[in-house]
Amino acid sequence: MKSFLILFSGALFGAGLVISGMTDPARVIGFLDILGNWDPALAFVMGGAVTVFGCGLLLLRKTGTRICSTKLPDTSADPISKRMAVGSAIFGIGWGLGGFCPGPAIANLSVLRIEALVFIPLMVLGMFLAQRSFGLDR
Amino acid sequence: MNFIEPLIGGVLIGLGSLLAMAASGKIPGISGIVAKIIRPKSGDVGWRALFLIGLIAGAGLSLLMNLGWQGYSLPEGRGMVVFALAGLLVGFGTRMGGGCTSGHGVCGMGAGAKDALVYTLIFMVAGVATVAAWNLVTQGGVAG
Repeated sequence: MKSFLILFSGALFGAGLVISGMTDPARVIGFLDILGNWDPALAFVMGGAVTVFGCGLLLLRKTGTRICSTKLPDTSADPISKRMAVGSAIFGIGWGLGGFCPGPAIANLSVLRIEALVFIPLMVLGMFLAQRSFGLDR
Repeated sequence: MNFIEPLIGGVLIGLGSLLAMAASGKIPGISGIVAKIIRPKSGDVGWRALFLIGLIAGAGLSLLMNLGWQGYSLPEGRGMVVFALAGLLVGFGTRMGGGCTSGHGVCGMGAGAKDALVYTLIFMVAGVATVAAWNLVTQGGVAG
């Protein structure tokens, strides 16, 4: 049951990426082009996702609901770290170059898009290098 | 502006993240999921692999069934070298930064965590600045 739910949740996520337009690199770049020809539509993706996730989490916590008797993780904030701030900036630069963040790149593997096939092995390499430098804390 | 499809897609992404978190007991950020499959800490690779398989299947089915946006085009002037460099930076940055658009953006901000909000703002600003700089260099004008 748990395995099925995880598989299903992944499918919802993947469908959401395609339906929203997040898997289209040019559209993502258009969303980031605030200083040029800005296409603000993708703000609704983050808006919708954050709202649903936030309200759902509150509801699960309030009602004490557990799925497959799994305990919810700790989602409280940690102090801001310089390392993570710099890392986030590096991620943003990569995102602005290609228009891919990790989820949409993986979603594009479903139809074997060549850019995803180039992007993902190097993303994995980058993760490996960062893990060797900084460990696996998050 | 068509915002209905982005909104529906966003709701699905939020639901998928919520359900994955409730069933796994972990915060399901995509970069963390991938990273912990590459170098597993404990034996819990299983749910992460299942989530990614589901993600690829869900995306593939949506494309097959012509749901939503469907479009796919490359931003101007970006060749394979750019995608390769972008992949390296995204992989390194998301691990050094502890999360990506889903972990910090959807889950972290959804849970009201202040650190996630700060990191999300940082990668958004860096992305906007990168696109502006790219346009400036390649087209000689920010408005492109």
